[in-house]
Amino acid sequence: MNWDWQVVDDFMPKFWDGVLVTLQALGWGTLIAFSLGLVWAIALRSDQKWITWPVAAVTEFIRNTPLLVQLFFLFYVVPEWGPTMSPLTTGIIGLGLHYSTYTAEVYRAGIEGVPVGQWEAATALSLSKRRTWTAVILPQAIRRVIPALGNYVVAMLKDSPMISAIGALDMLGEGRAFSDTTFTTEALTVVGVAFIVIAYPASLLLRALERRLVR
Amino acid sequence: MMSEKFFTEWFLPGIWITVQVTVYSAALALAVSFLIGTLRTSPLWIVRFASGTYFEIFRGTSALVMMFWMAYAVPSLLGIQFVPMAAGVLALGLTYGAYGSEIVRGALAAVAPAQREAGIALNFTKAQRLRKIELPQAWPEMIPPFNNLLIELLKGTALVSTIAVADMTFAGNLLRLAKGDSAPIYTLLLVIYFVFAFLLTRGMRLLERQANRRMGKTPPEKTGFLSGLRSKSATDAVTGTGGAK
Repeated sequence: MNWDWQVVDDFMPKFWDGVLVTLQALGWGTLIAFSLGLVWAIALRSDQKWITWPVAAVTEFIRNTPLLVQLFFLFYVVPEWGPTMSPLTTGIIGLGLHYSTYTAEVYRAGIEGVPVGQWEAATALSLSKRRTWTAVILPQAIRRVIPALGNYVVAMLKDSPMISAIGALDMLGEGRAFSDTTFTTEALTVVGVAFIVIAYPASLLLRALERRLVR
Repeated sequence: MMSEKFFTEWFLPGIWITVQVTVYSAALALAVSFLIGTLRTSPLWIVRFASGTYFEIFRGTSALVMMFWMAYAVPSLLGIQFVPMAAGVLALGLTYGAYGSEIVRGALAAVAPAQREAGIALNFTKAQRLRKIELPQAWPEMIPPFNNLLIELLKGTALVSTIAVADMTFAGNLLRLAKGDSAPIYTLLLVIYFVFAFLLTRGMRLLERQANRRMGKTPPEKTGFLSGLRSKSATDAVTGTGGAK
């Protein structure tokens, strides 16, 4: 057993920097995942084949390939013909894009769960397509999928350390940098425990939310 | 794109390493799933508590952090040194096993209570009941969520490249460093992972059909080419929860 609390103390300032970066990645990633996922879900319900087919193909591809390789692709390939982005920005886009393909499925399930009568009522009231979605379907669909969406935020939190592989200094990135320069390993343990400490209460909270919102 | 030497010395072995890591960690995850999943249905509270703690801890950690911890922190903390591949397989198997235990627990809980009662009436021991009545009936229910989890695991194997296991992602990174030309190799990598996921799904579909036939059930409806990669199931592979969908 080889453990030194002094090392933990020295790591703490760096650790909090890392927490901040992780939370930034998570917050912005969630925003992208939630909004882009909704776009995918609505596009997949279109009756135009030329919209649904490419969207289905792209989302299936993104969902079934590793986020890590996608991050490498975004970080090393995209700048060859597109904008050069910082590791954190790349990470946020990667996380958001990857998880948008999951949230699309969640929204889809929620939309399918809205009774057909609601669509018919909207037609009977001659609501426009936009009003049908924004005033009738989505409010009912989203309410019941909020806990499922929340579960994906926790999943995204656990995938967020992958952005350290392209050089972002999130919790794991800071932990690795600290361990490598000081030849210690306590920082990695601290980071590991921190993930459990954040993820466990979050999942408890979601379970409580699920009991309240879903019946 | 890559020289023949690179292809035979790094890329092909890399693909083979990815396959190996997938198989080993899937086997470990399956064992952990069944062990923890059945223990979580135990009538003894202490057993339920211990297995539940395992579930919460390993579901709460990030697989990548766990991998770094196994590879670099465990040797100095506990004095056990793993070869890099073992550290990767352990981290993947233990975390995905925790997700899988929820699948096993859920499927066991879904077996009709009358089946268990019939077993009691026939004077079966607890182990006999589990082995001959409950698990065989729960098994077909488990396959679709296991399929999704297996694809998540396959995607997770790319993480071993970060602890210097020479899988195909590692080979891709090497090629980028050597040649500076990253577009073709990363595109190829993504396509190979996608093809692997597709093949795994086909295999799991066969398994599912066979399991359902053995149960005397009709096979599930046919699905489209692209929509068929993921199975619809009540248990969520990514979040490891009985999803609210």
